[in-house]
Amino acid sequence: MTALLLAIDDFNVAQNVAFGIIAFMMIVAALKVVTTNNVVHAALWLVLVLAGIAAQYILAAAEFVAISQVLVYIGAVMVLFLFGIMLTRAQIGKESGLNNKGWALGIPVALLLLGLMGYVIIDAYEDTVLPDRGPAPTEALSDQFLSIYLLPFIALSFVLLAAAIGAIVLARKD
Amino acid sequence: MNLLATDIPYWGQSLLRVLGGLVAVLLPAGTIVYLFLFKMMSFMQSRLGPMEAGPYGSMQLLAEVGKWMQKEDLAPAAADHRIFKMAPLVVLVSTFLLVVVIPFGPDAWFTNFSVGVFYGLAVASISVLGILIAGWASANKYSLLGGLRAAGQLIAYELPMVLATLGVVIQAGSMNLQDIVVAQNTGEIFGFSGLGNPYIFTQFIGFLIFMIAVQAELTQAPFDMPIAESELVSGYMTEYSGFRFLIFFIAEFATAGVFALIASVLFLGGWGIPFEWFGWTSVDDVDNWMNLAGPVIMFTKMLVLTFIIMWVRFSFPRFREDQLQTFAWKILIPLALANTAITATLKVAF
Repeated sequence: MTALLLAIDDFNVAQNVAFGIIAFMMIVAALKVVTTNNVVHAALWLVLVLAGIAAQYILAAAEFVAISQVLVYIGAVMVLFLFGIMLTRAQIGKESGLNNKGWALGIPVALLLLGLMGYVIIDAYEDTVLPDRGPAPTEALSDQFLSIYLLPFIALSFVLLAAAIGAIVLARKD
Repeated sequence: MNLLATDIPYWGQSLLRVLGGLVAVLLPAGTIVYLFLFKMMSFMQSRLGPMEAGPYGSMQLLAEVGKWMQKEDLAPAAADHRIFKMAPLVVLVSTFLLVVVIPFGPDAWFTNFSVGVFYGLAVASISVLGILIAGWASANKYSLLGGLRAAGQLIAYELPMVLATLGVVIQAGSMNLQDIVVAQNTGEIFGFSGLGNPYIFTQFIGFLIFMIAVQAELTQAPFDMPIAESELVSGYMTEYSGFRFLIFFIAEFATAGVFALIASVLFLGGWGIPFEWFGWTSVDDVDNWMNLAGPVIMFTKMLVLTFIIMWVRFSFPRFREDQLQTFAWKILIPLALANTAITATLKVAF
């Protein structure tokens, strides 16, 4: 099987090799997130997974999305995660009681999601090879956001607003 | 890359870029430390500063580096050793990632990224991670508090910084730093093009906000609450010694230099001189000697801006933690939003 794959033209190219290496690193890191017995370590492994996603976006020539990934997930979400963990339970070394009783339930859910996404992607594209278009210009992205996707874009910002208001309500007791 | 009209092979270009990156990070850091931290601060305090090592103490830096390098690599017994050792490197890597997008001349760039400004702001935020885990892994409540304060401060001041650059991006119509440089040097002020149009004139409020935010991002006084020595010993750096402290130290001043370089690209016209002087109309007309003159121009502008950063650092007393947060959220961010709105309106109107 491997020999067959390597023999195909246009398969053994730099992008695919890099994809494999990064994907392997992401899988290891993702497994570490759920198996490590320290919350801060789990968060740091998650940083590696998210950085891997950004790297995959760059391989797919989606520069703007990759940088958004770094800015939003690594620069903001993970910092907030770590900030929250360190404010509440910043223990060094092993911690007990990190697993809850239903942890095994995650495995079928993950497999189901994998199957579903795999099916959708294969069903949608089948054998079509997407044209090599190079990086998408940022103007094209913003044109999409501010025209046909304007409504979901604004709706999403309302979700964020609701979350912000909720946080304020929870934080202020008076 | 076609530097000085000779074709350089790909491996040569890569080697040049790596060496150039090292120089672009370490040279400003060394210059800032000697010129401003050692000498200017001493003169402001009516003393001479280092005088023994080399002429006027100019070799003092090498002596200091040698001293730090030979110290034992210590870590507290209770620390999380792997993360403790990793943290300074994360901070330094963020600085190296940042310098990559800065153009130093028409062809003297590391990468000509179409969304350079956005990239710079994104990787600048990675250093927060390093600082947070340094504070946590030290297993020390001063360090942890320092790390948390640093994270809170860096998140708060990142927003005004992003919003301040937005004005420049709107005016230049591009997020590519090279395009921003060209737009400033081909621009004109009321029909007069002898000066170009450096955005410090049109975006002066943006420039002020950007420089204040840089001061806070670098945790330089008056924004040095995270390492407030009278309260927290030395914040997240308390437990670091030897070459790991050296890495933090280099990263601090190298980042100051790199942010000054970015500010000079965004607001002071970058490597360029007004294209009108030599009759150039676009970046393709620019003569090859600008690849050598550009870095010198950038370095000069960097020195002027870091001089201001250090001047403020040595002059102002420290902000209190709540004043610091209020200043960011209630003054800088609304001001930056208003600046963005006005810039966008004027851009559409004219």
